[in-house]
Amino acid sequence: MDYYLILCIILFSIGAFGMLIRKNMIVLLMCIELMLNSVNLLLVAFSAHYGSSDPQIFVFFTIVVAAAEATVGLSIIIMGYRYLKTTDISLFNNLKG
Amino acid sequence: MSTEIILGLMMLLLLFAALINGTVGIYLPKRLIAILACSVVFAAFGLSLLLFFNFEAAEKITLFTILKIRETSINASFYLDALSIWMTMIITGVGALIHLFSTAYITEKEDYYKFFTYLNLFVFSMLLLVLGSNYFMLFFGWEGVGICSFLLIGFNYSDPETGFANSMAARKAFIMNRIGDVGLLVALFLLINQFGTLEYTDIYKIVSAKDFTVSATFITSLTLTLFFAATGKSAQIPLLTWLPDAMAGPTPVSALIHAATMVTAGIFLIIRSNYLFELAPLTKDIIVYIGLLTSLYGAFSALRQNDIKKVLAYSTVSQLGLMFVALGTGAYTVALFHVTTHAFFKALLFLCAGSVIHALHHEQDIRNMGGLKKYLKITHITFLVGTLAISGFPLMSGFFSKDEILASAWSYNPVVFALLIAVITMTSIYMFRLYFLVFHGTVKIDKDTQHHLKENPISMTLPLMLLAILSVFGGIINLPGLIFHGSAHWFDKYLTKGTEGLSAIHPHHPEASFTWALMIAASALTIGILLWAYNTYARQMKTALPDAELKGWQKISASKLYLDEIYNFVFVIPIDRLATYSYKSFEVGILIRSLRVFPKVFGFMGNVVAKLQQGFLSSYIFWMLIGLICFIGYSIIILQFWN
Amino acid sequence: MDILIWILGGLTIGTALMVILSKHPIRSVLFLVATFFLISAHYVLLNAQFLAIVNIIVYAGAIMVLFLFVLMLLNLSQDKIKKTAYMLKISSVIIGGLFLIVLIAALKDSFDFKSIEGVRTDIGYVKVLGQTLFSKYLVPFEISSILFISAMVGALMLAKKEKEIIE
Repeated sequence: MDYYLILCIILFSIGAFGMLIRKNMIVLLMCIELMLNSVNLLLVAFSAHYGSSDPQIFVFFTIVVAAAEATVGLSIIIMGYRYLKTTDISLFNNLKG
Repeated sequence: MSTEIILGLMMLLLLFAALINGTVGIYLPKRLIAILACSVVFAAFGLSLLLFFNFEAAEKITLFTILKIRETSINASFYLDALSIWMTMIITGVGALIHLFSTAYITEKEDYYKFFTYLNLFVFSMLLLVLGSNYFMLFFGWEGVGICSFLLIGFNYSDPETGFANSMAARKAFIMNRIGDVGLLVALFLLINQFGTLEYTDIYKIVSAKDFTVSATFITSLTLTLFFAATGKSAQIPLLTWLPDAMAGPTPVSALIHAATMVTAGIFLIIRSNYLFELAPLTKDIIVYIGLLTSLYGAFSALRQNDIKKVLAYSTVSQLGLMFVALGTGAYTVALFHVTTHAFFKALLFLCAGSVIHALHHEQDIRNMGGLKKYLKITHITFLVGTLAISGFPLMSGFFSKDEILASAWSYNPVVFALLIAVITMTSIYMFRLYFLVFHGTVKIDKDTQHHLKENPISMTLPLMLLAILSVFGGIINLPGLIFHGSAHWFDKYLTKGTEGLSAIHPHHPEASFTWALMIAASALTIGILLWAYNTYARQMKTALPDAELKGWQKISASKLYLDEIYNFVFVIPIDRLATYSYKSFEVGILIRSLRVFPKVFGFMGNVVAKLQQGFLSSYIFWMLIGLICFIGYSIIILQFWN
Repeated sequence: MDILIWILGGLTIGTALMVILSKHPIRSVLFLVATFFLISAHYVLLNAQFLAIVNIIVYAGAIMVLFLFVLMLLNLSQDKIKKTAYMLKISSVIIGGLFLIVLIAALKDSFDFKSIEGVRTDIGYVKVLGQTLFSKYLVPFEISSILFISAMVGALMLAKKEKEIIE
C-alpha cells in the first residue's frame, strides 16, 4: 500500500512538472490526464485495501469527467489554433494587462 | 348579518372598485366607471345605515397584529361606537351624493377613471380613519386622505393654463398637512411612552381609573401636539393657507374633501380623545382662542372675495373655527352636531357652485355673473336653502347648531360670545352678498352663453335637492329641550351614550329664558341682515367693485389679510435660500469634489495590479503550484506543532 | 513475485517521464498510451478487473485517439522554433521537485498501512460494481449523462467554423 502511495505521488508530480515545462498546449492537456490517472490509481489501491467498491465508482466518474473535459479542452485548442495559427502556449497572452 | 361582515363588505367593496377603476379603468366606458364607483359608495351608505340601526353597544373587531414590541402591540382593528358610526354615515352619505354629482361634472374622457379611483380611495381612507380602534389606524387613514387630497387637488395638472397652479396648490396642501402630521406622530410616541398602548378603549380605562395621575406638562404637551395635527388637517391657524388654494381642484373634490369630510378629521380626533383634553384645561383655552381667531379671519376675508369657491373656502375655515370653539368649551356633541349640519349645507353650497360653474363653462368670478335665477332654477332654490341654512335662518339646521355653540360660548366667556356674534354676522353678510350677486341683478354674461344656458342634468340636481332637504330638516336630530320635550337632544343623548368619555363631561346648560332670548335674537339678526342684503344688492343693484377700486378695509379683506404673503416671507423664502446655499456649498463643493478622488485612487491601484497579469498560461500554473506548495507546507508545519 | 510489481512501477515512472520529456508531441502521446496500459496492469493486480478494461477502452482507446487526431489535424512542424527560456526551465525543475517533497512530507505519517483481515476480494467484479453503481450511486450516474450531453454540445459549438471570423 505504501508502494502505491509513493508511486502515485511521483506520477502526480511528474504530471505537474510536465505542465510547467511543456510549451505545446496538447501536451499540457496530456499531462493533466496523467495527473488524473495517478489519482485514479491511488483510489483503486485504497479500494483494494479496504475492500469497498465505492472508490472504484469514484474512479468511474473521474474517467467520465476526464473524457468530457478532454473533449471540450481539445475543441478550445482547435479554436485557438484557428485564431493564432500556433499551439505555443506562450503566445496565448491576450489576457495581458 | 354580523357586524364584521358588514364592515368588511363596506371596506372591501370600496377597495375593489378603486382597484378595478385604477387598473383597467382606462379601457372601460365612462358609464361603467361611474356606475361602479357610485354603486359601491351607495352600498357603503346602505351598510352604514344597517350598522346604525343595529347598534347596541360599542364593539371592537380585530383583524391582525401589525406590530408587536415587547408588551405593546399595534393591531389592525376597527371600533364601532356611536361616534364612528355617525361619521361613517356622514362620509358615505354625502360622499355618495357627491359621487353622483361628479359623474356629470367631470367631462374629461382620458382621466375619468382616475378621478373615481381617487374618490373611492379617499372614502376608503376616511373610513379607515374614523373606524379605526387605535391611533395607529387613525394615522394610517390620516395619511391616506392626505395623499388622496393631494392627488385630487392636482387632478388637472396637465391643463395648459392652470396646470402649474393646480400642482402648486396640491403641493402646498400636502406639505401643510405633513407639518401637522409631525404633531400626530409625536403624540403617538408620547402615548405609547406613557400608556404603553394606542387603543382608545385601553387608554380610556387607564385615564378613568381612580388613581390616575400624570404631570400637567405631559398631558398639555400631548394634547397640544394632537391639536397641532388637527390644525393641519382642519385648516386652523397656523396651518390654514392651503385650504383656499385647494379650490384649484375640481368642485366635487372641494365639496367632499374640503367641506364635509377631510377637514372634519381634526375635529374627530379631538372628540375621540375627549378624556385626554378634559385633563388639560390650558389646551382647551388655546383651542378656543385659536378657533376664534381663525373664525374671525375666515369670515373677514370672505367678505370681499370675488371667486365663488374662495368665498366658500373661507367660509369653511370660519365654520371650522366655530367647531373648534365648541370643542374648546367642552361641548363635544355640539361640535359634532355642527359638523353634521355643516357637511350638509356646505356640500350643498359647493355643489351648487359647481353647478353654476359647469353651466357657465368654468366661469368662477362672481363679477361676471348675475341674474342667473331665471336660467338655473333648481340650482337657485337649493343655493338659497344652503345660504339660509349657513346664516342660521330660524328653524333650519344651521340655526340650531349655531345656537348651541353660542350657548356654550356664553357660559365659557362672554367676550368669546360677543366675538362669535360678530363672526355670525359676517357669515350672513358674505353669504347673502354671494347669493344676491350671483342670482339676482343684471345679467353680465354674454348673449352667446345666455342662449346655451340651461339647468344641469338630473344627476347633478338630484344631489342638490337631497342635500337641501337635509339642510332644512337636519336640525331635528338635536332640538333644544324647550318645546319638544320628548325628542329633544336626541343626538346629544345618542352620542354621549355611545362614546367613551363623553358621559363624564357635563356641559353647562343655560336656563330656559336665556335659550329663548338667544333664539329670538339670532333669528332677528339673520332676518335683519337678509333684508339689508336684499336692499343693497337686489334693489340698489350694488355690485362688487373691481380690484383697482378697493380701498381701506375692503382691500385688506380681499387680499386675505396678506397672510399668504406673510407666510411666504417668513417661512418659504428663508428655507429656499438655505436649501440653495447648502446645495451650492456642501453638495456641489464638498461631496462631488471628494467623490472625484475615488475613481482616481482605485484606477491607480487597479493599474498597478493589472501589470501583474502577463497572460502566460504556464506562469499561471507556475504560481498555482507555488501557492499549493506554500499551503501544504504551512499546514504540515502547523500540524507538526500541534502533534 | 514482488519483483513484478517493482518492475511495473519503474516502467510506469519511466514512460511518464518520457511523456514529458519527448520533443515530438506524437511521441508524447504514444508514451502516454503506454503509461495507460501499465496503469491498467496495476489495476488488474489490485483486483479491479472491470476498471482495467474500462481504462484501456475509454482512456487509451478513445481519448488518446482523439488526442492523436487533433495533433495530426494541426500542422506541427513549427513546434521547435521558440526555445523556452532557461530561467523558466530551472525554476520549473525546482518547483516540481519542491512539490514532490512537500507531498511526501504531507503524507509521511500515513505510511503505516496495516493489512486488514477478511477483506472482500471480489469488489472489482462487474456484478458487485454494478450493484453498487446502480443502487447507491444512481443519481450521479444519471447526471453524468447530462454532463456528456453538455460536453458534446459544447465541443460541437466551439469547434464549428464561424463564418464571421474567417471573413
